[in-house]
Amino acid sequence: MLSDLTLEKLRILTESAKYDVSCSSSGTVRKGKQGMVGNTVGGIGICHSFADDGRCISLLKIMLTNYCMYDCAYCVNRRSNDIKRATLSVSELEEITIEFYRRNYIEGLFLSSGVVRNPDYTMERLTAIVRDLRLVHRFNGYIHLKAIPGASQELLSEAGRYADRMSVNIEIPREESLKLLAPEKDHRSVFQPMKLIQQGVIENKEDRQRYRHAPRFVPAGQSTQMIVGATKDSDRDILTMSSMLYNQPSMRRVYYSGYVSVNTFDSRLPVLKQPPLVRENRLYQADWLLRFYHFKVEEIVDDMHPNLDLDIDPKLSWALRHPEAFPVDINTADYEMLLRVPGIGNKSAWLIANSRRFNRLTSFDLKKMGVVMKKAKYFITCHELASAFDQTSVIGINELRPERLRPLLITNEQKKLAEAEKQLSFDFEP
Amino acid sequence: MISYTFDNTLDGLLTAVFEAFALHEQPEQLLSAGDQIPLFCDRNYQVVTDEEKAGRVWKGLEKRLPKEVIRMLYVSWLSELPELNNALFHYICKVFRQPEGAPGIERNFADPDVLAVTNIARKVLHEQLRMKQFIRFQKAKDGTYLAVVAPDHNVLPLITDHFRDRFNDQPWLIYDAKRHYGYYYEGSGVPARITFADESAITFSLSDGRLDDDVLSSEDHLLQELWRTYFKAICIRERMNPRKQLNDMPRRYWKYITEKQEPRRNS
Repeated sequence: MLSDLTLEKLRILTESAKYDVSCSSSGTVRKGKQGMVGNTVGGIGICHSFADDGRCISLLKIMLTNYCMYDCAYCVNRRSNDIKRATLSVSELEEITIEFYRRNYIEGLFLSSGVVRNPDYTMERLTAIVRDLRLVHRFNGYIHLKAIPGASQELLSEAGRYADRMSVNIEIPREESLKLLAPEKDHRSVFQPMKLIQQGVIENKEDRQRYRHAPRFVPAGQSTQMIVGATKDSDRDILTMSSMLYNQPSMRRVYYSGYVSVNTFDSRLPVLKQPPLVRENRLYQADWLLRFYHFKVEEIVDDMHPNLDLDIDPKLSWALRHPEAFPVDINTADYEMLLRVPGIGNKSAWLIANSRRFNRLTSFDLKKMGVVMKKAKYFITCHELASAFDQTSVIGINELRPERLRPLLITNEQKKLAEAEKQLSFDFEP
Repeated sequence: MISYTFDNTLDGLLTAVFEAFALHEQPEQLLSAGDQIPLFCDRNYQVVTDEEKAGRVWKGLEKRLPKEVIRMLYVSWLSELPELNNALFHYICKVFRQPEGAPGIERNFADPDVLAVTNIARKVLHEQLRMKQFIRFQKAKDGTYLAVVAPDHNVLPLITDHFRDRFNDQPWLIYDAKRHYGYYYEGSGVPARITFADESAITFSLSDGRLDDDVLSSEDHLLQELWRTYFKAICIRERMNPRKQLNDMPRRYWKYITEKQEPRRNS
């Protein structure tokens, strides 16, 4: 039963779980069923609230327990950290989940746990909870379950039948850095469960082709996260890893988490007053380019530019490095090329591709459709009678040269934020 | 210049389209009842809403436009925005004036009317999503879950299916405090549209959506407190970003959102 004691436990276990950034409730559509509570909507998912730090609250993100036998330097729950510890009882956790869900507070549950005794023991308890939720409480909402590295295949494949999404966090993109911060872990222990889950997904796909009603296995695929700024790994390391992961069929999302100093002093870690938020943001932008804009990772970062430009977004950065690709003619260019123009996003590219079959588009039309002309005007030509009057539309990237264009496209605010963050990284050198 | 005046219903607007074609003319402006007639108006025609004529126009639209676009037109109507009337009227007229076999005008977003209607529909869909996000139920003693909302657009008809599918075993009531009607779902069947004859006698407050203490179920105090605790604990203080919070959850929704309300005095 829930009581006032639950309040304190909920607080402690939420604070322990909050550094895991995954929040999405997307990836699977499941209709409501008679006698069960809940459904999942797929598409973009539903965020039910936004915390004071601006992050969305979609799932009840909580740990079963924050006792942990590992001592990973980047983690708030490391063994040697002096924080309050707590464990929720199974019935408490289930009741909170169901009652929150019925009040439309959440889309479902994101359950994780510190590793106690051994991986199998921990995974078994997690599996028992999701099994209970589905079979006893008839819960049909979204469940995101952490896979515990080192747990046996049988447990993972049972858990996968009840969970919508499972995840194992890579945390550190390069193994050397991981070894430094978490000597008890290596990449193999992370990739092993990932591979098992993927195998399950692929086998399940074949089964479902044969038997339409075969139960689904992790229908929303996997996700993972990498910590940004806790080690010296470059953006290139991070993005190469992401792109490799996205090539696997079951991987849906890679999250990036700007490192927050959660622990008392540890000489292996940088001292940061502020998490590297601008860098994190740039990584997400690059991630979007990989997933929705047909970019390849080598186009975003390379040997010459191992790190993303903090002042400008990666798409603009690519455009400035490739003046030969511009100007793009709005009325004839391929859809792929439209997507590469700074200031044109998915939505406006779609609107343009549809509308230009009727009449030639002018910059007025583009503005109306939501193209950011402040940026785009240097990279495009369109049907323009007014060009004689409107001088700006003929001065493009090739007339101005990239190095003179660049400062025009950075706002003061962006510059200030980026400057502040560059200052931070000075503290980093050990 | 010719102008038509209609009674501010969708049927009225569709009838106006019918009349425009019956009279072989294209009015420049569609006014809603009570609007000032513009200065340089040669003739104003009073449209008398006729369901049969409206039905014929709608059927014609269904023949000429794909399903998604028909739905988009319906969704845009729920916006209740005055600027929609003219754009939607002209949009529909253009659909019927198109020559046979021409590419569908619904995809020409360089057309100001098409773009305006599309954008308004997008706004309504956004509001609809926000209702799905920010509706908060409280449980009453009799087991009914209540939520009060005041959306900018009239989106309740768009969200009942979602809530019926999701909470198919619990009775709920979602009430629009601005438009004074709601949908009640008994726990089975189809949600029914309801209005209260006497709004002063109801057992919840319209200004903050809270159920009166004597009808609120006993465990709700603790659950609301748990949710507020969770909401505070999940925030990472080093990453404070109130601007983003306001962007994604504008202040006008806060008064009905549990985690943004003060705890009750006696709990």
